[in-house]
Amino acid sequence: MRCFPAQFQEKCVAVFHRELRRNKRSARFRVSAKSGNALSLILVLLLAVLVAGCERPQFSEAEKRTVASLALSALPPLKPDTTNRYADDPGAAALGATLFFDFSLSRNGTVACSTCHQIGQQFQDGLPQGMGVGRTNRRTQPLAGVAFSPWFFWDGRRDSLWSQALVPLENPLEQAGNRAAYARYVKARFGERYERIFGPLPDFAGIPASASPLGSVAEQSAWSGMSDGQRDDINRVFANIGKALAAFQRSIMPKETRFDRFAAALAAGKEPKDDAVFSAEEIQGLKLFIGKANCSTCHNGPLFTDHAFHNTGVPPVADLPPDRGRIDAVAQVDADPFNCLGVFRDGGPEACGELKFMVRDKPELIRAYKTPSLRAVAGRPPYMHAGQFGSLEEVVAHYAKAPLSVEGVSEVHPMQLSERERVALVAFLKTLSP
Amino acid sequence: MVLGVLAVVYMTAPNTPPAAAPETGQTRGSEKGMFVATFVPQDGAARQNELQDWVLTLKTATGKPVENATVEVSGGMPQHAHGLPTSPKMTDYLGEGRYRISGVKFSMSGWWQLKLGISAPTGSDTVVFNIVL
Repeated sequence: MRCFPAQFQEKCVAVFHRELRRNKRSARFRVSAKSGNALSLILVLLLAVLVAGCERPQFSEAEKRTVASLALSALPPLKPDTTNRYADDPGAAALGATLFFDFSLSRNGTVACSTCHQIGQQFQDGLPQGMGVGRTNRRTQPLAGVAFSPWFFWDGRRDSLWSQALVPLENPLEQAGNRAAYARYVKARFGERYERIFGPLPDFAGIPASASPLGSVAEQSAWSGMSDGQRDDINRVFANIGKALAAFQRSIMPKETRFDRFAAALAAGKEPKDDAVFSAEEIQGLKLFIGKANCSTCHNGPLFTDHAFHNTGVPPVADLPPDRGRIDAVAQVDADPFNCLGVFRDGGPEACGELKFMVRDKPELIRAYKTPSLRAVAGRPPYMHAGQFGSLEEVVAHYAKAPLSVEGVSEVHPMQLSERERVALVAFLKTLSP
Repeated sequence: MVLGVLAVVYMTAPNTPPAAAPETGQTRGSEKGMFVATFVPQDGAARQNELQDWVLTLKTATGKPVENATVEVSGGMPQHAHGLPTSPKMTDYLGEGRYRISGVKFSMSGWWQLKLGISAPTGSDTVVFNIVL
């Protein structure tokens, strides 16, 4: 029997209230009627069984399978990243951790990766848009389980964790530095550690203090003045900085949550204990999440994401530059010299399937953004790719209303969700925190 | 009492009727009847969120292997407004009318459709496969 606790209790009360009152009346007037008593007794027993059923929520086998598929225990071991041969090198991860928190990896010495990816805040910053040297255009994403994703940034404009790490270093709104300066800094500050991991650093004689194909006019002109060999040398050191940062970030994993403990008990057919006990509201929210509300269509698997891009009609932010999401990221990842098909990849090209078979020209890429993980989501408002919504209640309201997208077509359809159901969904989302 | 029985019936009834299940056979005739196509994952099972190679076997209506065909892949989820998360491509001819289709990925559970546009020296036709994960 499908039993949605809160709805079910409503039904129980609605249906049986009248019946009980009728029986009460008949009992008053027909006390001596044995058959009436027997009927009443059967009815009361039946009611007792049903009410007991209401209190002990049942999950169908299909629901149990879905719940199990969302549990952290279903997360497979992280696959080796063959494009980064240092991905699982502890020395590289340690150097990466040092670099991650190093404010010197920025133009003005005030911004590190950890400025936006704050260790005490799930490696995010709680701001609608990240603040580096300037205000960025997008919400800082948390890092737990980041290495499981095939695409990086909200629009997937990079295809590896190590090539992603290079972008903020040179983005004028983030760390705003340049690769020649970074390579020189790494030699001066961490030369010995670097060479133990990656081999000899290049000869820096004749290499400008600041140069990059992306930076200021002066930096770009310094870059074009360098020889091919010099540019390759600097790009190689730059790529290795990214590979060290990626080795560190691979170690950041999601933590077990109340939901995972509940799911483990459900899978084992045991009663949940202590904080794994879900309230009727949380169970209703879970059932909505995997059922009527269709959340788990995209927020699937143990990380609650399909790692894919969807237009869900999230409105743009008025004072930010135009943002078309995935459709504009395709050309960027194709053109990135550090992408999987480029010369800085370790290992073979068989690792490049995602890039090779990437969707390049479909209209559904317009204003499509990557499905974010929902693990620990309650602890990190605001939500969406530019922090459009301040609370989970607003997020749920958005998906129920399903407004049209300002450009392209939203995949979400409007849905009737009662106030009680909205509250239940939010209550369930809160169980995804440790 | 009748009300009680009705209540039980009402409360045990499924909330929504099950959707009609699509035809998920691995061998299907093409739309104009030009080919009989068999489409299976190379390693046996379709898995969610993994890039996989599939093998398409093409035969004529009389059972002869179809050679020198090209295959264009499109598709998506009919119940959602989106296509495939990847652009699968024909990457190899394996002989005896068998073609490798690489880069197939299903990013979520549910009903997927793969439409294979087949062009062979004998003519062109389309075959649609339903895959339910």
